[in-house]
Amino acid sequence: MPKNEGEHIITEKTKPLIYLTKGSKGKIIEIQGGHGFYRRLKVLGIREGQIVRIISKQPLKGPITIALGSTQMTMGRGMALKIFVEEL
Amino acid sequence: MIKKIVLMGNPNVGKSVVFSRLTGAKVISSNYPGTTVDYSKGTMILDGNKVEIIDAPGTYSLESSNKAEKAALDILKEADIVIDVIDATNLERNLYLTLELLERNKPVIIVLNLWDEAKHTGVYINEKKLEEILEVPVVPTVALTGEGIKNLVTRIKEAKSPKKIKPTSEEGRWIEIGTIIKNVLTVEHRHHSLRDRLNDLTIRPSTGIPIAIGIIFISFWIVRIIGEYLSFLIGEVFENGYKPILTGLGEWLGDGIVYNILISQDYGEIVFTESLGILSTGIYIPLAVVLPYIIAFYFMLSLLEDSGYLPRLATLVDNIFHKLGMHGYGIIPLFLGLGCNVPGALATRALETKKQRFIAATLLAIAVPCMAQMAMIFGILGKYGLYYIILVFLTLGILYITIGIILNKVIKGISPEMFLEIPPYRRPSLRTTGKKTWMRIKWFLKDAIPFMIFGVAVINILYTVGFLQMIANSLHSAMEGLFGLPGEASIAMVTGFLRKDLAIGMLISLNLNPYQLVIAATMLTVYFPCVAAFMVLIKELGVKDMLKSAAIMISTAVTVGIILKLILLGV
Repeated sequence: MPKNEGEHIITEKTKPLIYLTKGSKGKIIEIQGGHGFYRRLKVLGIREGQIVRIISKQPLKGPITIALGSTQMTMGRGMALKIFVEEL
Repeated sequence: MIKKIVLMGNPNVGKSVVFSRLTGAKVISSNYPGTTVDYSKGTMILDGNKVEIIDAPGTYSLESSNKAEKAALDILKEADIVIDVIDATNLERNLYLTLELLERNKPVIIVLNLWDEAKHTGVYINEKKLEEILEVPVVPTVALTGEGIKNLVTRIKEAKSPKKIKPTSEEGRWIEIGTIIKNVLTVEHRHHSLRDRLNDLTIRPSTGIPIAIGIIFISFWIVRIIGEYLSFLIGEVFENGYKPILTGLGEWLGDGIVYNILISQDYGEIVFTESLGILSTGIYIPLAVVLPYIIAFYFMLSLLEDSGYLPRLATLVDNIFHKLGMHGYGIIPLFLGLGCNVPGALATRALETKKQRFIAATLLAIAVPCMAQMAMIFGILGKYGLYYIILVFLTLGILYITIGIILNKVIKGISPEMFLEIPPYRRPSLRTTGKKTWMRIKWFLKDAIPFMIFGVAVINILYTVGFLQMIANSLHSAMEGLFGLPGEASIAMVTGFLRKDLAIGMLISLNLNPYQLVIAATMLTVYFPCVAAFMVLIKELGVKDMLKSAAIMISTAVTVGIILKLILLGV
């Protein structure tokens, strides 16, 4: 479930998905944002504990494309800022 | 008795391919009332009975969060049997919807589609065991080749609602899925395939953008060949088959107002592009001018869609389009609009919010010339050199971007970020692509053509009562004073409402210098859409928003005309 304020488990090792470099992998630690956002991600399989890989990052603050298992998806920067990962 | 079968499944699982395998030739696309969501309907014969099949919009879950999912849910409620199409390469994620469906007390049969692809990528599913666990029939298929479809048809009757699966929470479902996966799925690691490499190359900006430019270029080339050829064929039918009939009718009617409105403004002379009659120009423009390019463009769009390229293209251009208040899919109205603004206007539906659609439509009408218009611009300016042609297109490009940025700032409403699945590349099925193209064309014929005929009729009446001539006269001095053009150019402007290419052609007789031609051609593109596009835009945006949009168009055209005059003519 989305965590409330003050409950974050973000440590020095975690960072928003957007800061991973192309080709690197990360384990999802926490997803911030509203319930609707959380659900949209979850039905696509994006949830805590899953490993994602960065396929591409578009320049000029464009979206990023990630792979999760055999699924790939593109999401805007704003969304990628709300997904916290631990780089692997 | 089974009356209605509904196909449910995640997006991009090959649901529509299964659908087109099950249904006969008679397939219709319907618009879900009050939304921009489209779904397909068809029939099949099951044990001698006619059964209706509905291809519901793709959805990831039944807790609807958008219009497509809401529509899918409503369609599901009427189902006697549900065919749940699963992407076998992506079992875990697909099972979420499956569990939700199984909780609903509707008879379900599961299709494990893309079975070959799953094996190919090292994914093995024990379908017998899955059948045991879920207590409903599970049929592996390769819809593209038709493998397994016969088996599906014979087993549809076995569909049932399992007793074991009880409604549970979201968390509960994921736990259940975890258990199922452990029991039925084995994944073997495979090395990077050619398809993975192709995916990486087409989605990374450094290689993806040049490839995208190449693909768009080739698409246009193909569209132009198909469009021109069809246009020629249909034009021949009009000239040789239809014209004699119309002439006969004209002789029978005799000269008078009825003749003017139905056939031609000038008695005895029928020129399909100019006569303004409802039965001449009114039918000719939609069928012989617009339709050929619609067919060609829709075919190309369906091909790009079914191969899986479109989401990648949208990803590559999203950064630009997001700054213009749209998102990556904003490229679809632009792409189609360069062929003909009519399908371009219809394609603004690819965007989610009202704000996004308004911006897409306004930019389309202002800065996107159609193919016929581009050909004429090349025609009149080509002899003076490429420089002048570049001037026109550069101006239009600058307008597209600046007005987009401005509208993004001033128009209220939201422009959400893009979030979409990138499906693996797939060989398009000609059958499905053909059916899709045909459905879109049918929809165009039914929805857009009556509007266009009506538009031509209105112009005709405005001409008959002398209103258009009055406008042309009143614009006379503005042409000279504001834009440095001869007063007669106003006639071209008024004609441009009917046919932009024709209007640009009329400039030839005015003996303009190349800079004046640049000004006039640019203004003709910007100031207003042609009547066909205008009518469709009213339909898509509503009268109020269209008036707003038209005000932006006209003020942009005036501003651009004045600025170009100052820069190019220096006075």
